[in-house]
Amino acid sequence: MSVAAEPRPFGLRELFICLVGVVWREGLRFLHQRERFVAALVRPLVWLFIFAAGFRQTLGISIIPPYETYVLYEDYITPGLMAMIQLFNGMQSSLSMVYDREMGSMRLLLVSPAPRWFLLTAKLVAGVAVSILQVAAYLVIAYFWEIEPPSLWGYVTVLPALALSGLMMGALGMLLSSLIRQLENFAGVMNFVIFPMFFASSALYPLWRVREGSPWLADVCALNPFTHAVELIRFAFYLKVNWLSLAVVSGCTIGFLALAILAYDPARGVLTRRGG
Amino acid sequence: MTAEPLSSRVESAIALEVENVTHAYGARLALDQVSFKSPAGQFAVLLGLNGAGKSTLFSIITHLYACRSGAVRVFGHDVARDSGRALASLGVVFQSRTLDIDLSVEQNLLYHGALQGLSRSETRRRQGDLLARVGLADRLSDKARHLSGGQQRRLEIARALLHRPRLLILDEPTAGLDLNARADILGLVRALVADAGASVLWTTHLIDEAQADDLVIVLHRGRVLAEDRAEAIVARAGATSLSAAFRALTGADGEAEA
Repeated sequence: MSVAAEPRPFGLRELFICLVGVVWREGLRFLHQRERFVAALVRPLVWLFIFAAGFRQTLGISIIPPYETYVLYEDYITPGLMAMIQLFNGMQSSLSMVYDREMGSMRLLLVSPAPRWFLLTAKLVAGVAVSILQVAAYLVIAYFWEIEPPSLWGYVTVLPALALSGLMMGALGMLLSSLIRQLENFAGVMNFVIFPMFFASSALYPLWRVREGSPWLADVCALNPFTHAVELIRFAFYLKVNWLSLAVVSGCTIGFLALAILAYDPARGVLTRRGG
Repeated sequence: MTAEPLSSRVESAIALEVENVTHAYGARLALDQVSFKSPAGQFAVLLGLNGAGKSTLFSIITHLYACRSGAVRVFGHDVARDSGRALASLGVVFQSRTLDIDLSVEQNLLYHGALQGLSRSETRRRQGDLLARVGLADRLSDKARHLSGGQQRRLEIARALLHRPRLLILDEPTAGLDLNARADILGLVRALVADAGASVLWTTHLIDEAQADDLVIVLHRGRVLAEDRAEAIVARAGATSLSAAFRALTGADGEAEA
């Protein structure tokens, strides 16, 4: 009989296997949860086909960076809808990590010998991969609605922006899921996180437009990390970089992630206090 | 079997050592100076009523929580300070179901293998023997949701053995199963100890799952009341059965009976 060797700590190879495994499982689960996929796709399409079409005449968009010509309102809100897909996905996957059915699988994840920060990050990366699939599906449909980047390269340059903004929203969700007991159902998250972040941002209207109506709201929007996720995606889709947004989104990602990892630390984290 | 899932018996080695573990949720003390040792190659039973602190202890052993005071060592590896090695030495079966029911048996194993750092080819090499051992050899491509409750539990056991842990710990593994499936799971794990030299910690509130020569740790209201072979606990209490001895020790009635 083979004797189990003295266990070795994970090396780079094991960590890589672990990361690939977590992303692979999330992808498989996503493919099996058709309702989740359809819901994730219908939500932005409703905004695009109904809301944007209705607002097309009311809301003129002047030429602001990154746009060099007048754009239709549908073009304007598409980056915001991409970010919205990621916002929903980030909140959903992170919250489900702790609550209800997923508690068991979270425990399974955390008994891996890999360091806990690595496991949580791997889980985030997996969620981001799924959110990019969702965005890609949206963009395919939007393409037939004649919403497309100025060059096909836009589909490539938007990818790193989506990866970063997805990480930020996933990390935020993970942090919220660990810290706030009251947000135990998704309706609460909708009301207190998703709606304020989405509406107080540049997703639906440019900030100069908001400032005309309410200067303080414009300031709030400018401070909202979601605004910067939207602008990062908007610029990347037009093959440009918004450095301020890049800095804000990177900083927020690091901050949220560090706090989430602290919150999941076995010595002080939420799991200990709550009693599993 | 060509590949044994577990390490061979190492005489006199300590598989699990719990030392002065105390844990509180707010003001409520869930574990109070809990200490015991479970030797390698032994079927040990952690016995206690619901609310005795078993789940808290289980969470501390699996490093879901860190203990506020005290230490837990798995084959000498401290769970808090050397968690990588300690967790690599542990095979865990949780009380709640942790299979992805929409994924196939093989996909579940591949995922767990990856979490343990095993490549897909390595997992595939090991899975045949393990599934044969738990009687699921022909179910490789079935979705987990199509397995019965007992079969799902057996798959979870096979999965926990995939990375060849030195200690298998199970949290109320027979909860929610019917009598046949219960006996089936218990027999399976006992066979692992008898033939493969596995070290097992079996957590339960069902007294009849312990046998005379098992090491039994009685946990009650966060404290260890007894730690000995079942027959010795019975003899010391002057009782005729383990359930009578348990009642005498805890002053509890009824619930923890067979």
